[in-house]
Amino acid sequence: MSPNRKALAAAFPLTIPVLTGYLFLGTSFGFLMGSKGFPVWYSLLMSLCIYAGSMQFVTVQLLLGAFQPVYALGMALMINARHLFYGLSMLEKYRGKGKCKPYLVFALTDETFSIACSAACPEGVDSGRFYFFLSLLNQSYWVAGSLVGSLLALGLSRLTQLNAGGIEFVMTALFFVIFLNLWEEKKHRIPGLAGAGAAALSLVLFGKDGFLPPAMGLILLFFLADSRFSKGGAGG
Amino acid sequence: MSHTQAVITILAVALGTLVTRVLPFLLFPDTKDPPQWVRKLGSVLPYAMMGLLVVYSLKDVWPPAPPYGAPEGISLLFVYILHKWKKNTLISIAGGTALYMALVRVFA
Repeated sequence: MSPNRKALAAAFPLTIPVLTGYLFLGTSFGFLMGSKGFPVWYSLLMSLCIYAGSMQFVTVQLLLGAFQPVYALGMALMINARHLFYGLSMLEKYRGKGKCKPYLVFALTDETFSIACSAACPEGVDSGRFYFFLSLLNQSYWVAGSLVGSLLALGLSRLTQLNAGGIEFVMTALFFVIFLNLWEEKKHRIPGLAGAGAAALSLVLFGKDGFLPPAMGLILLFFLADSRFSKGGAGG
Repeated sequence: MSHTQAVITILAVALGTLVTRVLPFLLFPDTKDPPQWVRKLGSVLPYAMMGLLVVYSLKDVWPPAPPYGAPEGISLLFVYILHKWKKNTLISIAGGTALYMALVRVFA
């Protein structure tokens, strides 16, 4: 098998949970775009060059409003500020990935991060290619979903009768199962609880529209203040 | 909004998103070792972020009002039991989602 085939074969099974989630969420996004009367190529352009789930839903609202590109930029920075943490977490794993690295960095979504941070590249597989295919497969599901959704909304309005309400829970279940897998390792428990706790506290205090920035601030404070983490006791 | 304005808006969102993804890697390129505190942060943040994402994905649940977060709570408990029992990521996710889809209809 060629190195590419080998890396693709190793990456694909890990992306199956994301396949379901992205096809569904991508289709919902495309469907929303189509039902607001936006052409298919808008959805494709967004899924190809923004490629951030919750932000793309917000962008639908932005496109319906007045033309305010600076405001749009600011919204993207705020809502996606959590990516800064993913990047910091992946510095080591994505180190020295050469030609693949720009795409790995661009495609670091919530779901790709959740898979990539817990996945180990199998023995004998080129790790740059492994993470590249992991990322590329995930984006291809997202783009495919967006396309299908847009076409559905444009062409086949009778399919709106299909009721798949609640399937978005697939994402919650995915995050929760990964959380449970990490929980198996004792040393992951305090960070895991700190993250969930800070987010929950912040959600109660600030409400669902503005809780992410304070939650991230709390998490940073926690780890910087806790000497076990800042002085090197909890390595790995 | 014209097509040109829409494309500019989309590109502005894409740029903002890209900045949040690229910044850590620009600050700490391959050739430059990040300081110790950043590396320590990188070793614990993935786990904290997963906890945050679980809460983030539940942010639209409002327990004080009916159905009191019951579909989510029951489904998460089911995912937990399924996962302890079968230890299979796909089964846990599919089972939990199927139950949730049934529950939102029951509680609707």
